[in-house]
Amino acid sequence: MTATGTRARTRGGVGESAARPDGGLKVRGEFAFSSDLWMEGMLWGATLRSPHAHARVEAIRTEAALAVPGVFAVLTHEDVPGVNAYGLEHRDQPVLAHDRVRYQGEPVALVAADHPETARRAAALVEVDYAELPPVTDARAAVRGECEPLHAGGNTVRHVRIRRGDPTASAPVVVTGEYEVGMQDQAFLGPESGLAVPAADGGVDLYVATQWLHVDRSQVAYALGLDEELVRITLAGVGGAFGAREDLSMQVHACLLALRTGRAVKMVYSREESFFGHVHRHPAWMRYEHGADETGRLVYVRAEIVLDGGAYASSTPAVVANAATLGAGPYAVPNVAIDCHGAYTNNPPCGAMRGFGAVQAAFGYESQMDRLAEAVGVDPAEIRVLNGLTQGDHVATGQEVDSAAPVAELVRRVRDMPLPPPTGTDLRSLPGGVANTTHGEGVRRGVGYGVGIKNICFSEGFDDYSTARVTVQVVGDAPVASVHTAAVEVGQGVVTLQEQIARTELGIARVRVETADTRVGSAGSTSASRQSYVTGGAVQAACREVAAELVSRASIASGADPATLSLDADHVVDLSGRRVASVVDLLGGEEVVERTVEWRHRPTTTLDPETGQGSAHVQFAFAAHRAVVDVDVELGLVKVVALDCAQDVGRALNPGAVLGQVHGGSAQGLGLAVMEEIQVVDGLVRNPSFTDYLIPTVLDMPPMQVDVLELADPHAPYGLRGVGEPPTISSTPAIVAAIRAATGLPLARVPVRPEHLTGT
Amino acid sequence: MRVRCTVNGEERVADDVWAGESLLYVLRERLGLPGSKNACEQGECGSCTVYLDGVPVCACLVAAGQVEGRTVVTVEGLADGDLLHPVQQAFLDAGAVQCGFCTPGLVVAVHDLLQRHPRPSDPDVREALAGNLCRCTGYEKILEAVRLAALRAGGDR
Repeated sequence: MTATGTRARTRGGVGESAARPDGGLKVRGEFAFSSDLWMEGMLWGATLRSPHAHARVEAIRTEAALAVPGVFAVLTHEDVPGVNAYGLEHRDQPVLAHDRVRYQGEPVALVAADHPETARRAAALVEVDYAELPPVTDARAAVRGECEPLHAGGNTVRHVRIRRGDPTASAPVVVTGEYEVGMQDQAFLGPESGLAVPAADGGVDLYVATQWLHVDRSQVAYALGLDEELVRITLAGVGGAFGAREDLSMQVHACLLALRTGRAVKMVYSREESFFGHVHRHPAWMRYEHGADETGRLVYVRAEIVLDGGAYASSTPAVVANAATLGAGPYAVPNVAIDCHGAYTNNPPCGAMRGFGAVQAAFGYESQMDRLAEAVGVDPAEIRVLNGLTQGDHVATGQEVDSAAPVAELVRRVRDMPLPPPTGTDLRSLPGGVANTTHGEGVRRGVGYGVGIKNICFSEGFDDYSTARVTVQVVGDAPVASVHTAAVEVGQGVVTLQEQIARTELGIARVRVETADTRVGSAGSTSASRQSYVTGGAVQAACREVAAELVSRASIASGADPATLSLDADHVVDLSGRRVASVVDLLGGEEVVERTVEWRHRPTTTLDPETGQGSAHVQFAFAAHRAVVDVDVELGLVKVVALDCAQDVGRALNPGAVLGQVHGGSAQGLGLAVMEEIQVVDGLVRNPSFTDYLIPTVLDMPPMQVDVLELADPHAPYGLRGVGEPPTISSTPAIVAAIRAATGLPLARVPVRPEHLTGT
Repeated sequence: MRVRCTVNGEERVADDVWAGESLLYVLRERLGLPGSKNACEQGECGSCTVYLDGVPVCACLVAAGQVEGRTVVTVEGLADGDLLHPVQQAFLDAGAVQCGFCTPGLVVAVHDLLQRHPRPSDPDVREALAGNLCRCTGYEKILEAVRLAALRAGGDR
């Protein structure tokens, strides 16, 4: 490469807190989210869902629904023209139920009508004869093979076995524990929605909020029985995702209705339907045993983890791999034996949510580290400093950590931050708040720590890549760079980052990021904290090819050595910054320089099926939290007083956006610690609303001190390290540890509820 | 039914309104004003906060017929042409916008708070915004935006 030696100084580049290109529209209320789409003459789709967790479908009658004035179509499984199956890793989930429903909320029939209420009412008139079956609801029994098989291969989605060193090692200090994690919801605010428009060529154009356009397209085309080229997907505004949009929701349904009616069809889920319309975080049961020497240095970790995947596979296989391979935590452990199982049950399907398997394991291993600290009589921060991974150590899979792993440093940093003032008298700062439940009596304070580890990007040999098309042309006498990828913006700021990279690499101030769609190659999913790394890498590489072309032209024209030239402020400049040529002149008017690059990170390997050994991960990321809580021990109410975080991000490409990720990720961890759980009884969801499923409000979130380390990873573009997930992983155990410190209770389950604290 | 009201300073008429429709539906689907958001449609999240006769309300909880003859201001009515309202500008400058779905409701709620209480303390702000859910930001930068907007407004006096 020629133009890479010097960094351009064009403003708004990498390393600055550049402004979001969509920010102005968003604060004005003019940004088009997927639920805002509108087209003249469009119809509204609605979905009829199973009320049962497990039942045979014996008959479906649509006549009454079809007779409702304003109804244009009523569809069932018989109307799926392709293969009636979809799924991220296994296509095991019907687009519309055929002879059996396996979870409450499984889609059974669709209606298109001229008003959303008409569509909903007509859907309610579809008559379905169900023969209820006993639901499989115990994931541990399911993986033991004790239940009726829900799928052809039995009820184990995946078992990952990790064996490192001596799996039967013994140690003088042993602590054991069983832990549980409840089912968390991503609870993005923008409901599942989109608009499908039938096209003259027999295909369909779909405008939708999702996380991975190309994987949506392949699944939609498969179910519609269309060539992929006939399914064109354009990203509509995404109101948050957090993993919940990685699986399909209304995509195929809206397309089916549009192709049947010949009209544009819009579907928007209500909040209640949203709780049934996407996968959730896997509930977990874990049994851990940690062995250490008398000083607290770890000798072994043994664990059994069962994750409830619910009715369909979704991304359970990858979640199982994460919980297993990261199950020993961010610690150096010579001997490891972990078995992690993912189960099929008749509970709601579970799949991707921020932290993806690492969250559940972290609650287990961090709870254990506190028990170990107590057993050997050292401080909880000290036990983590003592055992924390550093560069050159090996994780449970035998993989060497080949870039910074400052676990001890992160813990020391949060430990040394100023503590909040003592419990005050303002009701608003006390547990219970203005409900006026205490003026300080019965309130105990506690401090706790948590550290987490997360793999960044896709693992286990997956062909993980992104595609970027970068063009430079002259518009109105100035060069304009255009960046086109299919990377999905969910709020995290990948649109901003693409602009920043183009400005830095091309030295061109005016950058336009095209709407993400399937006219360009896949960007992979906006998940696994991977888009800065992979799409960032692709945009950087494509920009560098464009820059090389421009530098080459300037070199030919000027005779200068191309190695001495770079781009800045719309010009090619030499080492002294002197302008050698303008980009406008190099392009000579009409010409467009365009390069498309498919970029891959370095390859990973699969896991050995017997030992789970292998270099399965691209990069590891770490964050640490210190939580301070006040607990009203009489009423079981918790006020998180402080939640401070230190995280290594390799390099902060947009420092403001990095902080936003740390704040928001920590808040979701707080939610899991003390309030968020989808309550499932006999396979039925009891709280599908924001009235009954509580997420943190501004009153629940404390002020946060955040310390961002930038220890560059030499393998990653710009040295960056994925940011989005780590803070969600460590905040939960830190808060629970603080509650334990305040109450002396063992607290082996999250979310911690008042009755866990009062024993009532 | 027909509903007439003043929205963002203009007389507006919506026809064929079904009696079960909310103000939010009428704004979004009949009057071409989708800025107010539909995150929960049961008054829990604040994403659809608008002014009704000067008082902030959840538009999802107001029946369309209740708006007859009344005055509504939505997030789309706060900027002065190309010039953002200082609250909107503060949200941008503080980095308080991520996915942006909560933003319209929060902008209206903060606009109302600062009118009533130009220099609120942090606990005041938290109390005032407790009805507006945000899933992305952890609220830190939203608080920063409120402080910034209040500071700038104070500086003008």
